[in-house]
Amino acid sequence: MDFTISEELQALRYNIRGFAEEVIEPKAQEIEENDKIPEEIIEQAKALGLFGMSIPEEYGGTGLNLLERCIILEELGRTQNGFSSLLGAHTGIGSTGIVEMASEDLKQRYLPRMATGELIGAFALTEPNAGSDATNLKTTAELKDGKWVINGLKHFITNGPVADVITVMAITDKSKGARGGITAFAVEKNFPGFSVGTVEKKMGLKGSYTSELVFEDCEVPQENVIGEIGRGYANALKILNKGRITLGARCVGTSNKLVELCTTYAQQRIQFGQPIASFQGIQWMLADMATQTEAARYLTYRTAWAADHGDPVIKESSMVKLFASEVLAKVVDMAVQVHGGMGYMKEFPIERFYRDARITRIYEGTSEIQKIIIANRLLKEFKVDA
Amino acid sequence: MNILVCLKQTFDTEAKIELKDGKINAQGIKNIINPYDEFAVEEALKLKEANGGEVTTISVGSDQTQEALRQALAMGADKAILVEFPNSDEHATAKALAKAVQGMEFDLILGGHVAIDDNSGQIAIRLAEELDLPQVNVVTKLEINDGKAVCTREIEGGVQIVETPLPTVITCQKGLNEPRYPSLKGIMQAKKKELKRIGLEELGLTVDNKVEILEVFLPPQKEAGKVIEGEAEEAAGELVRLLKEEAKVI
Repeated sequence: MDFTISEELQALRYNIRGFAEEVIEPKAQEIEENDKIPEEIIEQAKALGLFGMSIPEEYGGTGLNLLERCIILEELGRTQNGFSSLLGAHTGIGSTGIVEMASEDLKQRYLPRMATGELIGAFALTEPNAGSDATNLKTTAELKDGKWVINGLKHFITNGPVADVITVMAITDKSKGARGGITAFAVEKNFPGFSVGTVEKKMGLKGSYTSELVFEDCEVPQENVIGEIGRGYANALKILNKGRITLGARCVGTSNKLVELCTTYAQQRIQFGQPIASFQGIQWMLADMATQTEAARYLTYRTAWAADHGDPVIKESSMVKLFASEVLAKVVDMAVQVHGGMGYMKEFPIERFYRDARITRIYEGTSEIQKIIIANRLLKEFKVDA
Repeated sequence: MNILVCLKQTFDTEAKIELKDGKINAQGIKNIINPYDEFAVEEALKLKEANGGEVTTISVGSDQTQEALRQALAMGADKAILVEFPNSDEHATAKALAKAVQGMEFDLILGGHVAIDDNSGQIAIRLAEELDLPQVNVVTKLEINDGKAVCTREIEGGVQIVETPLPTVITCQKGLNEPRYPSLKGIMQAKKKELKRIGLEELGLTVDNKVEILEVFLPPQKEAGKVIEGEAEEAAGELVRLLKEEAKVI
């Protein structure tokens, strides 16, 4: 067992931290106020190759493995999380389907431009009546005159309004349901019959947009099927599985930043004639925050590493998503407490982290769904014959 | 055109400097490329992008200095040379650099005008002397045309524009450019690029430091300012007394 972080990973961390803290953080307040990530940040991120981190080199990306991507998302988690959400959705669930399951033709068509950030990706599974119960999809795709025709409504789609290519899940055979009846499609924003619906007003993640996607007789060429017809649900689970690990990494990054902010603030804030860091009540919170964060970090790294070595990590990636987002919830709550009134004010970044943290226990699979996945795996692994 | 960039690894500008056993305690301190040397790396990369050629970075230092060289490689430099010679002074560093670049083909040597750690600002100047090359220092704008360098440099109360034939040594000042962040590709490729390590023996160089550091101490803690109250005449008298007796500067 070797826990050494390689030189490349250290260099990656060092440089992405620089980008997060010197380029994004100074604009964090502006992003919050305008609900928009400044163009210069997007341009710089493109120049760095961040949009292509997960896309293989032969399609113009950097083809980083999961551990490397975790380091990047962890560092980006230290600042305004609208940007990391946009990027995480694009490099994760928004492109994984095309990278791993699509035909060579689709890969050639989309990946080189997704790698540069010219095309933005999104993943559309969720519907008003199919959230945690993703098998209850209503969106349908029918084959008519050699084209797939999609009808239905997706909602809560991260990157919805800005996406150019969307991995869309639709029912192709109602009788089979989730077992062979769902298919994944690559839908371009300018396909006839596609439109963006209501853009949601969110609690946090400013600058990252979430919207409805409307499909009204939306025509999709047959070659835009991702993977096999009828394998959509299994593919969706695979796509979500990896996204969970990098989302965990982002939670770890935010938690770690909060530990640093709190430890600093506690030494500067004087009450009763001494820094509040001298009080055991505060010290215990700092110790809990740091310990939990460290545990979440190594669960994340270990799972990413195992996935990079070919392990399917279905149970483990759910553990990462569950644990890291729950740790962040505890850490960010304590962070507000350590900062007292200041933690509630927009003047300090704690309030922003608090709002941005809440969604991590919900999207890309709620905590409860993660527990169901973990328990189901356990019950299979240790099955007792009746 | 081929460009050599001399760089030094220094403490991070935000590092908290503490002393231990009469030395700066390096434990837990993050190291960076000296910011002025980073301008030099960036300028070299821009010139390479415009004119082609190769950028080689060179540093005199210890094992740890490799990090700074790798960072320059990640930014886009082609090769790096580490002269293994820890704790060398300005005289010895310049001698080592001069010896290491002997026989190499280059059109330009770039470096920062000063390092933020010891603020000595001597290396590039000494190197130019050792190599018998022209030098232009504290440059904020650089243009290369027809084998000549046109440099804009800061002088007291203004700027001066200097032209010099190549090869030449130029030291960089803030304002010259905005150093880039290495791209993900750059970072991942840096490890595969050539980083040559040479010892003094291999260079065939015997040189001793001429400077001995007698003591290292932190600047005194800054204290709150003092406002002298009262009429001008009285206050002036009090000021003179304080300057004499307390500050002991007159």
